[in-house]
Amino acid sequence: MSAQDAAPRTDERPVGESADAPPAASAVGEVAPAASRDPDRPSTADPAAPTSRGTAARRVILFTGLALALVAVAVVAAMSGQLHLPAGEVWNSILRALGLTDVPESVPNADAALWTIRFPRIVMAILIGAALAVAGTIMQAVFSNPLAEPGVVGVSSGAALGAAAAIVFGWTAAGDWVTAAIAFGTGILTTFAVYFASRSGGRTEVVTLVLTGIAVNAFASGGLALLTFLGDNQSREEIVFWQLGSLNGARWEEVQVMLPVIAAALVAGFALARRLDLFSLGERGARHLGVNVERTRVISIVVVAVLTGAAVAFAGIIGFVGLIVPHLMRMVIGPSHRGLIAASALGGALLLLTADLVARTAVPMADLPIGMLTSLVGGPFFFWLLRRQRRKSGGWG
Amino acid sequence: MSPIRMPRGDAAPAATVAPGPGGVAAALEAVGARVVVEGAVLLDGVDFTAHPGRVHSLIGPNGAGKSTLLGVLAGDRAATAGEVRLGGRPLADIHLRDLARERAVLTQEHAVTFPFPAREIVEMGRHPWAKTPAEDDDERMIAEAMRLTDVAHLAERTLPSLSGGERARVALARVLAQATPILLLDEPTAALDLKHQEDVLRLARERATAGATVVVVLHDLGLAAAYSDDVTLIAHGAVVATGAPSDVLTAERIEAVYGQPVEVLPHPRTGVPLILPIR
Repeated sequence: MSAQDAAPRTDERPVGESADAPPAASAVGEVAPAASRDPDRPSTADPAAPTSRGTAARRVILFTGLALALVAVAVVAAMSGQLHLPAGEVWNSILRALGLTDVPESVPNADAALWTIRFPRIVMAILIGAALAVAGTIMQAVFSNPLAEPGVVGVSSGAALGAAAAIVFGWTAAGDWVTAAIAFGTGILTTFAVYFASRSGGRTEVVTLVLTGIAVNAFASGGLALLTFLGDNQSREEIVFWQLGSLNGARWEEVQVMLPVIAAALVAGFALARRLDLFSLGERGARHLGVNVERTRVISIVVVAVLTGAAVAFAGIIGFVGLIVPHLMRMVIGPSHRGLIAASALGGALLLLTADLVARTAVPMADLPIGMLTSLVGGPFFFWLLRRQRRKSGGWG
Repeated sequence: MSPIRMPRGDAAPAATVAPGPGGVAAALEAVGARVVVEGAVLLDGVDFTAHPGRVHSLIGPNGAGKSTLLGVLAGDRAATAGEVRLGGRPLADIHLRDLARERAVLTQEHAVTFPFPAREIVEMGRHPWAKTPAEDDDERMIAEAMRLTDVAHLAERTLPSLSGGERARVALARVLAQATPILLLDEPTAALDLKHQEDVLRLARERATAGATVVVVLHDLGLAAAYSDDVTLIAHGAVVATGAPSDVLTAERIEAVYGQPVEVLPHPRTGVPLILPIR
C-alpha cells in the first residue's frame, strides 16, 4: 500500500469496512466535500484493473498459506499415531519408496505403518475434503443460496439408506466394495429423484426443489429408522458408525477410485465457474447474458452428486465441510468462482485432514467419528460466521 | 467522475461503447403477442415494433403489461400466442448466447446473491463475448460503461454496501458493457436522483443516435416525452396508442387511461410536451 500513490487509496477501502460507513464522502466530507465526485478531477479509480491489488495479494497469501498448511498437517498426520515417527523418518520412507535412498528404517515397521495405513488415509482425507467443499461451493452458486449444501438434494440421506440396506440385508458378504457402491448409487439416484420430482414444464423452482429435498430426506430417514429396527445388534452398530463418518481403514484401492472421479468433477467445476458467477444475478439475469440456466443447473447437480456421493460412499456422512469452507474462502478472496472453487478445494482438504488427525489422535487408542467432530465444531462455528457476516454487511441475502 | 457532457448528436462517447461486433441493430417486433397466466390476460394481442436508431418508450398505469411486454421482447417468457421477431427471425429460434450478443436487459431487480464488488458485476456483462475477438475490448468496455454511469469510484465496493440508486447504476453499467445493439430497460430511472435520471436517458438517447434500438419502460411521462422518438401507451394488456410523443400524450387520452386529469403544455423553449397533473 505504501508504495502506491495517494490517489487510488480511496478505492482500496477494505471491503468489509465499507458496509459500516456507507459513502466515502461522509468520512472526508468536511475536508474535501465530495472530492470523489468532482467532475473535473481525472478518473482516479481504475476500473480497468482486473482485480484490486488488495484482492490479488489476499489471493496469493490464501493459496500459499493453504498449500503450506496442507503440507505441514500432512507431515504431522504421517508422524502421529500409536507408532510415533519423526519427520525425518517420514521423509526417508518416501525417498525409499521412490528408490532414492538406501537409509534403513530407524523405527521398526515405519514403512508398513506409513504406506498401508497413514498415507492412504491422508490422501483420502484430502480428496474427500476437497470433494465436499467444492460440491458445497457449486451448490451454493447454482441455487443462488448461501445456505444450500449437498444434503439438500438428498444425496447424503439416499446414500445412507443404501448403505444401511446393504448392511442389514447382508449384501456386504458379496465383497468389500458393495456398501460403497450401493451408497454411491442410491445417493445419485436420490438426487435425480429430487431433481426430476421438482421439475415442471422444463423449469425448476429452487423453493420447490428444497421442499422436495426435505420430503425425500424425511422419507430416507424413515427408511433408515426401519432398517435400524430390522437389523440385529451388529448391523445397528455398523449403521450408526457408518453414518457418523470415518476415514478409518482407507486403502489405496479407494484412492484409485476417488482420484479420477474427483479430478473429473473438479475440472467440470472450473469449466462452470464463470457461469456460476452469473447465477448471482438471478435466473433472468444469467439468461440475459446467454447462460442456459436449466442445463447449467443439471450439469452442476450431476457434478455435486458425484462429488458428494463418492465422498459419502467411502467416508460416511461428514457434515458442514461443504457449508463452511466456501463461506470462509469467500470472506477472504470474494465470491468470484474461478478462485473460489480452487480455494475451497484446498480449504476443504486442509479442514478434513486436520479433523481426521484430531479424530484419530485426540483420544488414545480410539478413532473418533469424523462426521461427529466436524458437526460439533462446525455448528457453532457456522453460527458465529452468520452473526459476523450479518454485522458486517447485512447478511448474505 | 464526469457525467456525459456531450451535446446530443455528438456520438463520440457512445461510439466507443457502440454496438459490438454482433453488428447492425435490427428491428425488434412483437406480432399479436398474447400472454395468459392462470386465466389472467396480461397481454392481449399486442403489436409492437422498435426500430434501430430510436428510443421507444413503453408507458401506462401499474399493471398495464409494460414489463410483461418487455419480458416477451427479451425472450424471458414465451407468448401464449403471437410471435416476437428479431430482424425477422423468431426469437425462440435464436441461440441464447447469440441473443445475449444482440440485446441487453436491465430488469427492476438489481440484487445479487453474493457480495461481488461492483466492478466484477459490470465485468459479467462481457460474458457473452468470452472467447470471441471482442474479448480484447473487455477492459475498455468495462471502464467506459462505469464512467458513463458514474460508478467508477465504486469499483471495489461490494454490492450490498451500495445504495439502491448506486446498485441500479452498477446494473446499468453491466448492461452497457454487454455492448449490444438492442437495449431493453425496465424502469431504469426508478431509484435514481434527478441528475442520474437525466444521465441515464441521455445515455439511452446517445446509444440510439449511434444506431442502437432502445426500448425503455418509464413511469415519468415528462421524461418519456422529452427523450423518446416513439411512445407506446399500454393499458389492460393492449396498446392504446403508439406514435410520436406529442401525438400520443394528449390530455384526454392520459386522463382516460390513468384516471387523473392533466394539462399538457408545450415547453416554451423546446416545445416538448409538459404533463402536469391538475391538483
